[in-house]
Amino acid sequence: MSNPEKAHIVPYHTYGIILVTLLVFTGLSILVTSFELGPLAVSAALLFASMKTTLVFLYFMHLKFDKKLYSIMVLVVLLLFLIVIVITFLDYSFR
Amino acid sequence: MSQSAAHTEHFDATASKIGMWLFIFTELLLFGGLFIVYSVIRFNNQIAFHLAAQELNVVMGATNTVLLLISSMTIAMAVSAIQFGNKKFTLILISTTILIGLIFLVNKYFEWSIKIEHGLYPGSSVLQGFGNGDTLFFGLYFFMTGLHALHIIAGVSILGWVLVRVARDKIHAGHFVHLENGALYWHLVDVIWIFLFPLFYLIT
Repeated sequence: MSNPEKAHIVPYHTYGIILVTLLVFTGLSILVTSFELGPLAVSAALLFASMKTTLVFLYFMHLKFDKKLYSIMVLVVLLLFLIVIVITFLDYSFR
Repeated sequence: MSQSAAHTEHFDATASKIGMWLFIFTELLLFGGLFIVYSVIRFNNQIAFHLAAQELNVVMGATNTVLLLISSMTIAMAVSAIQFGNKKFTLILISTTILIGLIFLVNKYFEWSIKIEHGLYPGSSVLQGFGNGDTLFFGLYFFMTGLHALHIIAGVSILGWVLVRVARDKIHAGHFVHLENGALYWHLVDVIWIFLFPLFYLIT
């Protein structure tokens, strides 16, 4: 019987590269927010956080290598969350 | 019928992982809801949040960010190590992850202690003197980082259980979904912190 859990084994150095990238993004987000940019700093910090999360999801959490089903599930939940954010935003903007 | 079923070794790794992802979604929406609460309250108390956020120590927050990112890598590597059949390295990697999780909690303890010493805790007379905005900021700060710290404690406990099972050969190259699920949970804890750090420490 074939091994049902047999999957793509990610080499160690891939994780090393991802960690370095995550640390660089962290450094950049600290650098960007150290200037007095106001609302722009908020967007920049959230953009870096989103890029870091994407890397964690794709590589550390294996979405890139696993069955596509998991990725679709994650996208559906993120879409749901986005809809809730947009509705809240509209609510507060047009009161 | 049921007896024979109990003796058959049948395990569906995909179903197990789908279950873990579904649980992770509930966690994402729990913290997602809190992020929306934070955004709305911040929108209504912009000046107070601007001043209150400067009370937080960026170096302390950044240190904990770096720690969690490294621990996320070590547990991801552990999933590869078990597949390579390298039990010893797997045990080292899981132990390192647990150790980093504990260091994170020690940092958090000192960070909270300093805040509480300065009278910055929910319901304190100092905060009441500052007004509503600061009270809300520190209320959210303690609730969200506290809830996150509880998740760190849960994650460390889960990984401790996984560590024992790897040591006893219950988790091995042919059956490692419990390690994978434990790792997924640890990455979730990391992802939540990736957003908590800029929202509380960086954006002022």
